[in-house]
Amino acid sequence: MALRATELSVGDTHSERLVEDLKRTQIVMYAGASGDYNPVHTDEVFTTEVAGYPSVFAHGMLTMGMTGKMLTNYVGDGRLTEYGVRFTNQVFPGDTLDATATVTAVQGGIVELDVSTINQNGVEVLKGSAKARVD
Amino acid sequence: MAQEKFPVEASHIMMFARSIGDGNPIYYDDEYAQGTEAGGIIAPPTFAQASAQFDPNHGLRPKIDGDGWFGSGGSPTGAKPRAPSAGGGGRSGGGGGGGGLHAEQRFIYHRHMRPGDVLTSSTRPGNTWEKQGRRSGKLVFSESVTEYRDQDGELVVTAIGVGVRTERPVDQG
Repeated sequence: MALRATELSVGDTHSERLVEDLKRTQIVMYAGASGDYNPVHTDEVFTTEVAGYPSVFAHGMLTMGMTGKMLTNYVGDGRLTEYGVRFTNQVFPGDTLDATATVTAVQGGIVELDVSTINQNGVEVLKGSAKARVD
Repeated sequence: MAQEKFPVEASHIMMFARSIGDGNPIYYDDEYAQGTEAGGIIAPPTFAQASAQFDPNHGLRPKIDGDGWFGSGGSPTGAKPRAPSAGGGGRSGGGGGGGGLHAEQRFIYHRHMRPGDVLTSSTRPGNTWEKQGRRSGKLVFSESVTEYRDQDGELVVTAIGVGVRTERPVDQG
């Protein structure tokens, strides 16, 4: 299910909805699986009263992980050679996220992609790039 | 810097894939995975982050016999976050504390992790820089680079994390 270089053009896009109405429980699952138990992700009392945020918020790495699902669905399993992001805004429970990959180059058996994830208000929460091997 | 063993296990990969909402059978169904190009179960692209589970001094996990966890019980405890462990920045991006956030993360895949791999990581500090933020005052960024090598000493994944400490919580809106 890998991509073929001959069928790719600069500007091609692939989009997926990553999550609808992000649940607090999913954030808890990510804390447990990743081992990042920072209470700002799961502990409403700490986060509102001590850390000073309106509510718990998702790990940036949860957004990167969910966005990675869109990438591997597009380029195929085991095909990524590089994946990097900046976390540009926080993700809160209740958010709905959509991610898009856009082809920026195809050469030497590698596709280069711009990656962007936005929330339900159109605010970009993650911005990055990726490279993957293509046939 | 810090050296530690990160055993890559199938059940951990399955739980991690579930937590990011990825139901791809390549992450849990060995029979299916054997019929794919990968030839077996592999880990999702951001799985290196879960190596924090195997860091004995990971600052973002309550200590079993320790006190002072900074999360709340019945009410806020007032405890301070433990300082991030020496090698912890590559995974946590320096976000090891109440005022720290993860700003950037990049992975370079030399190959993809598989169950049965026993990885050894080593972390070195990268660049640090400062910036004045519009919504959170002065920002101090620090980068760390973690290399994960397999049981044969071959490089598997390079992880570059950037953590940021903010002067105050990020303004919303």
